[in-house]
Amino acid sequence: MIRARELSKRFGDKRVLDGLDLEVPRGGFVLVTGPNGSGKTTLLRLCAGLAAPTGGELGVQAPRAAIGFLGHEALLYRELTALENLDLYGRLYRLPERRERSGAMLERFGLWRVRNERAGTFSRGMLQRLALCRTFLHDPDLLLLDEPFDGLDAEGTDLLHQELAERAGCTALVATHDPGSLETRATARLALV
Amino acid sequence: MSGYAADVAALARKDLLLELRSRETLPAMLLFVVSALTVFHFALPAGSSARAETGLLWIAIVFTALLGLGRAFAAEREQGALDGLVLAPCDRSAIWLGKTLGVTAFLVLAELVALPAFALFFHSLSWELVAAVALADVGIAAIGTLLAAMAAASRARELLLPLMFLPLVIPVVIGGVGASVAANPGSFLAFLGLYDAVFAILCWASFEYVVTE
Amino acid sequence: MSTWSRNRNGRAGKAGDASVAAALAVAATGLLVGGLALAFFWAPEDADQGFSQKIFYIHVPIALTAYACFIVGAWKALRLLGTRDRRYDLESYTAIHMGVIFGLLTLVTGSIWAKVSWGQWWTWGERQLVLFLILFLFYSSYFMLRYSTDPGPRRERNSAVYALFGVVLIPVSFLAVRIAGTILHPTIFTHKGANLPGTMLVSVAVCFAGMLTLAATLYRVELAGKRIDASLRELRELLA
Repeated sequence: MIRARELSKRFGDKRVLDGLDLEVPRGGFVLVTGPNGSGKTTLLRLCAGLAAPTGGELGVQAPRAAIGFLGHEALLYRELTALENLDLYGRLYRLPERRERSGAMLERFGLWRVRNERAGTFSRGMLQRLALCRTFLHDPDLLLLDEPFDGLDAEGTDLLHQELAERAGCTALVATHDPGSLETRATARLALV
Repeated sequence: MSGYAADVAALARKDLLLELRSRETLPAMLLFVVSALTVFHFALPAGSSARAETGLLWIAIVFTALLGLGRAFAAEREQGALDGLVLAPCDRSAIWLGKTLGVTAFLVLAELVALPAFALFFHSLSWELVAAVALADVGIAAIGTLLAAMAAASRARELLLPLMFLPLVIPVVIGGVGASVAANPGSFLAFLGLYDAVFAILCWASFEYVVTE
Repeated sequence: MSTWSRNRNGRAGKAGDASVAAALAVAATGLLVGGLALAFFWAPEDADQGFSQKIFYIHVPIALTAYACFIVGAWKALRLLGTRDRRYDLESYTAIHMGVIFGLLTLVTGSIWAKVSWGQWWTWGERQLVLFLILFLFYSSYFMLRYSTDPGPRRERNSAVYALFGVVLIPVSFLAVRIAGTILHPTIFTHKGANLPGTMLVSVAVCFAGMLTLAATLYRVELAGKRIDASLRELRELLA
């Protein structure tokens, strides 16, 4: 589903990714590990199409509608409520029954009671949960998750594990500096330096 | 509603909703334009012509627009929401169109205050001037939105936006002032229409390249 | 739907490049010297303006060359957006740089002409000059855009789109300045345009060819220099 050959990404004079070869088959779950600055975030952004390589080749066999991306930022609007944020993305992803799906998503991540609160009032953990709602809302086939457990409390972590278990058929590329909990799910591991 | 139109509607609605909630940009634009008109009164020595005053109205409109445009993508910058819009399967030009509709709405609302204020401070308005302002709003919003997105990628976006914007808006000022003071405003209004059409199409087609790599 | 991207960077330069540049330089010199000789010794003096009108043979070719550079810059920009081949970025940038240099010279020679003809260093009644001022401001902002954006695909695409805007601005501004002249800033001088006598036309044409060749020479030299800079930077970084 993802194929990279000699993939490089340079920011100005700084080379963040250099000659990376990668192959992620459909249904594969790849853990991406490495210290800060090793290019985990960059790799995920490249696969999502948010950045273009400066060298090499990258092929991602998934249309935009099938990609679920979670970055360092929540990709949400502070002044909109949780429901309104999801409703917007529901519209843009042309989801049928978006009201119901948004509601269901919020419930799954324990945000139903704050559905009409502005995202700007959320704590770090709640914002991360809402970002996860946004990521999974359209039932993507390809998951690109950058530090998905960041900011989550114990309950949030469990909810995420539950969600990942239910989506076991998806292809996933997950960047994390704490791979322990995901080891059992992983089919491969990519260590960046 | 077709998919594209629905996307544009969703995005424009989002921008208007955001402004309604935060109430930051529009009040600032309103206050700025009235302050600017006041400054212009003091900048014009006694006996200045009505034509000079009309010219200054257009300056006020251009700089009020710049003020608003500087904030055009502010909400998207906060939590990286622009990435979210770019990731969505919708056409990227829909992002531009939705945002431009929002900016146009803000400009029109600001002018609903600015034009009466001008009539109060200086002299009454002609229908040609109002028509010219309406046409100019479209062109200003169109190129301003695209340039704001371009400037967002740079390190000095507050500096860059006015620099890129002003040369492009000179024809609008020519058309607008011409329509306001000339004996035959028709050709100037037609020119403004042409400017709007040409640059709107160009912006619509090229926005994709500005927000993606 | 899959996305594939392949990236090619510009090559530093082949051995044949130097001889092409040399040939262009020789051609430019020849054409310019020839054209100016024609202008000063063959073409008749202008009935209204006298000898000072001879600046026309430098000013107009420079102006037309500037336009040509901007159009080439926009074409390269279009190719960049269409093919994603990154070497078009440097080519577009260099062409626009040439355009700005020739644009500045247009303003200077135009200003000299205005001073000699009407005693003022600047006049708003001269349509070409006003148009070039607008374009000069626009393309100067192009450089501000490049300087303040970090190098990479973002800067390349933004520059390319801006270059396309520039080439659309040329006819739009031309029209704007023209209609402004009817009401706001009366035009006080109109070129003879196509009614030029044959000798003048030929002289201008030769000078124009010379200026174009000069621009092409400078373009190749500057582009080669920039490519070498880029390759050096890449090498240094590879070895680091």
